[in-house]
Amino acid sequence: MRSVLGDRRAIAILLGPALLVYTLAMLVPVVWSLGYTFFKGNALEGFRFAGFDNFARLVADPDVHEAFAFTVKYAALMSLGQVVVGYALALFYVFVLRRLSSFVRTLVFFPVVIPTVAIALLYQKLFQSAPRDGVVNELLVNVGLGGVDWLGAGDTAFIVIIVMDLWRSMGFYGVLIYAGLLDIPEDILESARLDGARRWSLFRHIVLPLSLPILLSSVIFSLNGTIKVFDSVLALTNGGPGTSNTPLTLYMYRTAFAYGDYGYGSTIALLLTIMCFAVTVVVFRSARRDITA
Amino acid sequence: MTTAHRRRPWRRCIVVGAAMTSAVLLAACGGGGESGGAAQDPGKLTYLYNVENGNIAPVLESLAQDKCAAQNAALPLDISSIPQGELDAQIQLLAGQDALPVMFAAGGTPAEGVKLWKAGKLVDFEQELQKLGVLDRIEPAAISTIKKLYGGAFNFLPFQFNIEGIFYNKAYFAENGFSEPKTWGELMRIADAFAAKGIQPFAASGEQGWPITRLISGYLYRSLGPNALQAVADGTAKLTDPEYVRAAAVIADLGRKGYLGQNVTSLDFDSAQNEFLNGNAAMYYMGTWALSAVNNPEKNQIGLDNVGFMPFPAVEGGAGSIDQYPSNVGLPSTFGSETFSPRVADWLKCMTENFGERSLVEENTISGFKIQGEVPEQPAITQDVQQRISNSTESVLWFEALFNAKAGQDSSNNAPLLVTGQLSPEEFMQMLQTDLDAG
Repeated sequence: MRSVLGDRRAIAILLGPALLVYTLAMLVPVVWSLGYTFFKGNALEGFRFAGFDNFARLVADPDVHEAFAFTVKYAALMSLGQVVVGYALALFYVFVLRRLSSFVRTLVFFPVVIPTVAIALLYQKLFQSAPRDGVVNELLVNVGLGGVDWLGAGDTAFIVIIVMDLWRSMGFYGVLIYAGLLDIPEDILESARLDGARRWSLFRHIVLPLSLPILLSSVIFSLNGTIKVFDSVLALTNGGPGTSNTPLTLYMYRTAFAYGDYGYGSTIALLLTIMCFAVTVVVFRSARRDITA
Repeated sequence: MTTAHRRRPWRRCIVVGAAMTSAVLLAACGGGGESGGAAQDPGKLTYLYNVENGNIAPVLESLAQDKCAAQNAALPLDISSIPQGELDAQIQLLAGQDALPVMFAAGGTPAEGVKLWKAGKLVDFEQELQKLGVLDRIEPAAISTIKKLYGGAFNFLPFQFNIEGIFYNKAYFAENGFSEPKTWGELMRIADAFAAKGIQPFAASGEQGWPITRLISGYLYRSLGPNALQAVADGTAKLTDPEYVRAAAVIADLGRKGYLGQNVTSLDFDSAQNEFLNGNAAMYYMGTWALSAVNNPEKNQIGLDNVGFMPFPAVEGGAGSIDQYPSNVGLPSTFGSETFSPRVADWLKCMTENFGERSLVEENTISGFKIQGEVPEQPAITQDVQQRISNSTESVLWFEALFNAKAGQDSSNNAPLLVTGQLSPEEFMQMLQTDLDAG
């Protein structure tokens, strides 16, 4: 094995095809897109050099500011929600349901495999207010509260987006963190119990510190996924009402493909890349120290 | 073997690999090369249209069965559809790859069609229909509208030809002693009276947005005259000018007073239409493509004889005239220039000769193709609309017709916020003017 891995030709043969595919599918488009940031136009009208105009526009564009604010707010709230709810579910599986948790896990995980558009349609019906009330408004009216036009105003539509995406993804985080909790040695838990640790103190001093590595992984997964939110928002509200719930990804897509401005779209994509990179750097820097110590 | 000897084949590999990579990239990204010369025969008459349009595809399929059966045998019709909101982007991508369908519908933004025309991607129907000897089968008014919209050329086909106005419930008007209002003031007095009696004055879809912005342009054309929005496109006026903001404010008032119904933001197109056709609203601003639903007894619960059609009323002291109907060619379709072969031309000729009659008889929709044969007598409201189209001497466009893609989308997306008070008229018009200024 050592002779094979020491042979450059063998390395080239083994890695070459994958490297070539990766280069063609990932690196070339990234570099290509970076090049577009200095141009205006599209494939139909042709491209013209624009220097740093797209970057100046990015800084001044109120739509970018709004989309950036939405993306950050969504990513922060969703990441918090996904990790907290996922952790709560995992604790429930491990310490309450124990061996009987498989059915509940399957049930909670189920929305993860349903297509986003189907879930969005379901939530549109649940929170519908016109031409007739959906289930949520029916409940509100039945308990004496008035119906709400949930998808008709930015704030309430944002709540629906968060609720829907949290419901859709919490099963995944529940299972992910559950796998991490299973790695906590039973003898440590048993020793803590013998030393008198009960519910809160057991959680606070044993379970939480030992589950920090998997929580960190969950935060990385969640932040990277939520910064790139696209399909659920598009399917549920189309970024609206107005542009109140338009993430950067959707604005980038519209700019490039609906408004025919590939250069500015690529500049927005670069902003997203920098955001993801910054998040990754911050998370990995904090992960350098041994958080279990 | 020395190290130097071992490195040589490795370097060759790098060179060959780089060359292959470049070749693949050039092949993948280089597009289809220069267009021009004789059109390629496509093998099938592919047609890409917007899925929301339910009228054109059935007529084409019907023609393929009989009147155009020979053309269909030579070049089979192959229809596919995508949502209208994605059509512009899809067409632009396909055009960039020289892979346009043989025939395709226009997206929501005429400016995108102009780009295709300027890039030489579309057929010049004035020239081709002349060659085929059927140019006189197209209504001149429809050609004129297309030229206004698509860069001065006849480059899209008028599979529909619509005017816009207000459908109204005759029974509600009769019961309350109202006749058709001629001015905006009269219309508002009628709306006030309906609202006071618990009848919702108007049905409109905020989920679509454009049925609301049509009201703004209607008011603008009546108050400022038929060049109101051309002046904005030309840069001699701005949407932020007080008289333009005033139009937005007047329409915002309809929402503020509750005349568009509760939860107008969330009401979709079909539901808004049903509100009127079920008698839940007294009036409904829409294009005459709605005749298809009005003439359908399953959809029209208030009865065919109970539906009237009137023009957008005049604004007192305004420069516009009540007989200047906003008109459009529905969702027109065109042919790609690079696949316009003789067999495609045969199809075009057959469509031009037969589409108008088949569309009217089977779909109750009026097209820009002249009808030559005898057709069964149409319902009174359809005849009324046909008469109005024939008598109309001047038409106007709609609010977003001359906007760029971003302004068009922002207009429709934000119109419901205007009528629910989440955006002020000044903010709404400023947003659109900023989009227009950005080009």
